[in-house]
Amino acid sequence: MKNLTHIIKNEWRTLLRGKWVAGYALIFLVLTDSLLRFGGGGAETLLSLSNVMLLFVPLVSMIYGILYIYQSREFVELLLIQPVNRSVLYWGLFLGISTPLMAAFMLGAALPLGWHGILMLDGASSFLVLALGGVLTLIFASLGFVLGLMFYEDRIKGFGFTIVIWLFLAILYDGLVLMLVFAFGQYPLERFVIAVSMLNPIDLARILVMLEFDISALMGYTGAVFSRFFGSATGSLTAAGMLGIWLAVPMWWGLRVFKRKDF
Amino acid sequence: MIEIRNLEKSFGDLRVLKGMSIEIPKGQATGIVGPNGTGKTTLIKTILGLVKPGSGEIHVNGIKLNGNFEYRKDIGYMPQVARYPENMRVNELLEFIKGLRDQEAVYEEELIDQFSLRSELEKPLRTLSGGNRQKVGATLAMMFNPDILFFDEPTAGLDPQSSHKFKQRVQKEKENGKTVIITSHIMSELEQLVDHVIFILDGKIRYYGSMKALLEESREERLEAAIARMMDTTGEEPVQKEENGSLLMTKKLETA
Repeated sequence: MKNLTHIIKNEWRTLLRGKWVAGYALIFLVLTDSLLRFGGGGAETLLSLSNVMLLFVPLVSMIYGILYIYQSREFVELLLIQPVNRSVLYWGLFLGISTPLMAAFMLGAALPLGWHGILMLDGASSFLVLALGGVLTLIFASLGFVLGLMFYEDRIKGFGFTIVIWLFLAILYDGLVLMLVFAFGQYPLERFVIAVSMLNPIDLARILVMLEFDISALMGYTGAVFSRFFGSATGSLTAAGMLGIWLAVPMWWGLRVFKRKDF
Repeated sequence: MIEIRNLEKSFGDLRVLKGMSIEIPKGQATGIVGPNGTGKTTLIKTILGLVKPGSGEIHVNGIKLNGNFEYRKDIGYMPQVARYPENMRVNELLEFIKGLRDQEAVYEEELIDQFSLRSELEKPLRTLSGGNRQKVGATLAMMFNPDILFFDEPTAGLDPQSSHKFKQRVQKEKENGKTVIITSHIMSELEQLVDHVIFILDGKIRYYGSMKALLEESREERLEAAIARMMDTTGEEPVQKEENGSLLMTKKLETA
């Protein structure tokens, strides 16, 4: 435990000293503030923010995770030859680099929401959008970690997979589901659509946003079906539960790869 | 004391270590030589726990390696490439590793002075020259006074003065009874620092014994020539006599 906090603190210090994370927070700060100033305010702003978040956070987090592995190779190897348990090292490094990124998004977006009074007016909705961004940060940073560890020697492949996975989950997925639904329109597809949306964390987050704001039409096809199939409460709980599984699986996978890896 | 029995390791289809057995007694200074890509680094990384053995056993100071980590308290390692987080300062790195190891850094101050690192302590590691970063690596390896010291191409980036100081330090560690293991392509350096040689070729140990015996057997005066002769006789790769140097041979094998 002592070593875990020691590693986390060290990562925090070096990351916060770099301008990267602060710049990321600033982007969300300016973006949220502009949306609030020039947009409609309130729920509309939160929706616009969540749309940007759903697209942007997974990409940045995944690239951040994989880049850390590639840039810190020698340092990670230096740590691995110290008398420290590999699991402790993995959690220390992962939490050490992902939590500042998570905090940067949450703080960057929360501050303007605070000074424009939205946190007071739409507290639950604001909290949901911020929390989803945080969870997506952790999920995709750990996916980046996994990809970095799996393609340790082949960076081009690692980055290639990162971009393809993001493109697939954030952009193509909903369209592909829609195509399938068109193609097999004569069959009852609701269960299938619900099952496939469970397999995409970005879709799950989108569904949660949609259920919160009750605007199924704006949030893609899978969201609409999800909303109709479940009542709001059950749907939210199921989606949140699935997101929890999505949070655990890549982290556990990363730990497994890290523990078995030949560095 | 390091004991290795029938160590094998493959990366995919590539067999890197093809059954190695060695015993390195406590207090012995050993040089590991051989062309690049022949298994030297994999051997060291396996002992350090960075690479998991495919089969075979490794014991370090009587402890069998099975994914455990405590045995590394007795090991110091200076890597070939010293790259550290850019924003970290030298003293922060030293403090960080001290916190991780939870051991007293007996020689910290002494090494900092010996390697003239005092003026660098407050600087971020990215601003340090390659040589100074190597010196930080050497300090990290030796400051906890471990029984076993690994140096991977230690003087490659050091200026003559630092290289000299480094060698003096290694001599001192040897005199203090430390087990010292060095890989290097600079044969003259090994002649100065070690008294036993492990020659690895193609994943197997081709020679393990004292340097004196090797020179006598090969009727050569220099280690470089003895190694060259040994590579000649193993028939793995033709060597041009006029180039007469293992460094050149190494490059030939690498590009072959």
